Amino acid sequence: MFKILQKTVSTGTVTANYPAEPIKISDRFRGRPTFDFEKWRDARPAAEVCPTGAISISDKGNSRKVTVDYGLCVFCGLCAEASSEQAVRITQEFELATSDRRNLVLAAEYTLNADHTHRGLRKVERQLVNAETDVERLGEKTRETIQKILGRSLAIREVDAGSCNGCEQEIVALNNPVHDIERFGIQFVASPRHADMLLVTGPVTRNMEFALLKTHRAMAEPKVVVAVGACGISGGIFGENYASLGGVDRVLPVDVYIPGCPPRPQALLHGILLAVGRLGERLHTDREG
Amino acid sequence: MMTQAMSAIFEAFRQKLGSQVQSVRGDREDEVYVLLGDPDIRPIADHLRVEFGARLVTVFAEDRRTTEGVFFNYYVFEQKGSAQYLIVQATVRSDSLEFPSLSAELPAVNWQEREIQDWFGLTAMGHPNPRRVALHDNWPDVCPLRKDFPLETVLPPFEGERHLYRPAFGEGVLQVPVGPVHAGIIEPGHFNFAVAGEPILYLQLRMFYTHKGTEKLFEKLPIPKAVFLAESISGDSSFSHGTAFCQAVERAANIEVPLRGLVMRTILLELERICNHVGDIGAIATDVGFVIANAHASRLKETMVTLNEQLTGNRLLRGMVCVGGVRRGWDQAQLDTLRTAVDSLAREFRDLVSLIDSSESTRDRLEQTGVLRPDKARDLGIVGVGGRASGVDLDVRRDHPYAAYSRYKFRVPVYQAGDVWHRMQVRIDEVSESIDIVRKAMTDGLQREFRVPAPAIPPGRYALSAVEGWRGEIIHWIRTGPDDHLERCKIKDPSLNNWPALVEAVQGNIIADFPVINKSFNLSYSGTDR
Repeated sequence: MFKILQKTVSTGTVTANYPAEPIKISDRFRGRPTFDFEKWRDARPAAEVCPTGAISISDKGNSRKVTVDYGLCVFCGLCAEASSEQAVRITQEFELATSDRRNLVLAAEYTLNADHTHRGLRKVERQLVNAETDVERLGEKTRETIQKILGRSLAIREVDAGSCNGCEQEIVALNNPVHDIERFGIQFVASPRHADMLLVTGPVTRNMEFALLKTHRAMAEPKVVVAVGACGISGGIFGENYASLGGVDRVLPVDVYIPGCPPRPQALLHGILLAVGRLGERLHTDREG
Repeated sequence: MMTQAMSAIFEAFRQKLGSQVQSVRGDREDEVYVLLGDPDIRPIADHLRVEFGARLVTVFAEDRRTTEGVFFNYYVFEQKGSAQYLIVQATVRSDSLEFPSLSAELPAVNWQEREIQDWFGLTAMGHPNPRRVALHDNWPDVCPLRKDFPLETVLPPFEGERHLYRPAFGEGVLQVPVGPVHAGIIEPGHFNFAVAGEPILYLQLRMFYTHKGTEKLFEKLPIPKAVFLAESISGDSSFSHGTAFCQAVERAANIEVPLRGLVMRTILLELERICNHVGDIGAIATDVGFVIANAHASRLKETMVTLNEQLTGNRLLRGMVCVGGVRRGWDQAQLDTLRTAVDSLAREFRDLVSLIDSSESTRDRLEQTGVLRPDKARDLGIVGVGGRASGVDLDVRRDHPYAAYSRYKFRVPVYQAGDVWHRMQVRIDEVSESIDIVRKAMTDGLQREFRVPAPAIPPGRYALSAVEGWRGEIIHWIRTGPDDHLERCKIKDPSLNNWPALVEAVQGNIIADFPVINKSFNLSYSGTDR
């Protein structure tokens, strides 16, 4: 007993105060790759090496469209290594969660050169929304939402619909003393009947489709669905095949998408907090409707 | 290529087994192939087991109908004290599609033979339980790993799982279904317990819920991209599976990884072991109510995962290993971080262990709980942590050295008791050994290259690669094809061998102890299901 107390006292508080304070992460961490579309003269090397096809090219006549889909990205950094002109840079951004799948896709249109490079950026469709990345505000709002609407607690049911268990590692880490998700009144529960949120990982496999649907059906309204990781958003490296249906939204309506492979705990937290806002919205419409 | 040693093997087999043995060949001394003209593995398997005490490591199949008109079954054997793998390649004719089952004598291959049935449409004749295992009962009759089955096939919708579990009878006997969605944050699988009051009479497992066509997908991706798929076989073993895969390609293409690359791989493999062992020790403590030990363990794990990120840019060590070595070297700052982190881990880990040791009630709950007897462990072919706690003295790092393991001395802990406490003890001992290995390796080969550029991979090569992941023995076998692609990639995660151990270990225990027994094995569902 004495030993336990002594260890507790000598360890002190280790919990990080994210999102109220920014976290210190290693400068080696590979977050969102950013693209300088003006500078980018040739997207082919990056598209060639991308393991999941997150960067893709389609040429038509003398025009080229380059598409970047963060919903497929596994954050390997190969695109930056393959591209010259420093057009692709790996940043430390990880707060990428969004409620609209389209927000994860960028598209740039160019004029195609004879040597298959490109020039003359015509336009960029950029939908990454910044309103949602204001995490600090998000944290406060969430606390308020949880207190007002959910009786001070948000209950999450996690379902692995076919993941490699990488995302599970990080979701489990949310419960460790450093990330301590319970400080928001958020907890993981055993039964979907107790849950407000369904947190789903993995490409949905043929064998898990039914169990996932049943779990969702067992939850009371209002409920939100959060798709975790590249696989949860799009099927990731597994994509769609005879055994995999692809992303979670192939089976269930998804409210929030959290990119990453796997998303780090703070990225998960950011996405979960974002989804709590959605839960509040849904409750109001349910009542009004 | 047939060396002198190989022709000696050939002569010996020829004498014993006659013309069934067609040839002996191999490009490497530690990987020898014996070709059988027919599928009858029994005589040679008996011979190897009786005369040499050989262990059957894994069994898998390959569809070679387009090029050679037949299927092949591969039986990988190893012998104690020898670094050589002997691989018997048995020919299965495409007009008979049958091969004799070994499962009755060697229960270790029960699931693996059924996997061949499900995925290749071959029949394991005489299998004691030939029901489907890898494809669920509600699947149509398809053979996904045959070459004429396209990966993208869209199967018609099918109904919910209708698997018949063996019924249990008797007064007060109940069957308790659990899963595939479990109470905690873990992977999906179905457990069907037959219980008499509290004690478990019998456990039936239903896996492969997370089957996502991984082996088939390997045949589709160019090799450099396939490395990322290997990292996603089982997320908690990203680096081990990634390394096993790269090693297989390197062996097939005769790529020699420079020393520093091998050393860095060794360090990262051990860091992966430490992370997972520390996490498991905490989780075992939690499952018997010692929550504060888990608070410290998970805090420790978090610091190690943070270290992973500083060394590789990813908390699960992803995006680091590549064919030819590792993608990035480490600068002085990173080496300093590594040294400091390992020193503080060594201190903190001692505290954690003494905390657990000081809790009599924890020890009381874990000792003699979930016992897997050594004879059962051997019969079932249990490997890794679960095996070593039950007297199975296997460790790929020592038995078939790879990366830089032959440069460092380490101890392989083996216990006979086979209970949860000793599975935890194996982990505790291994963390200490891993810390030692990392310390020795930290400055080894510092001035050398860490990577060689990978050349184009020649087609038609094949190679076996083995890695001791933190769970146990990982095997990858590949055959290369044209244009930097693979024709076949077989993956064996240690979990595949070890699930049956859980069935044995829970018998007679109360159902409330199931979580801690399950956790003490901590098997990968995704690694099993692929």
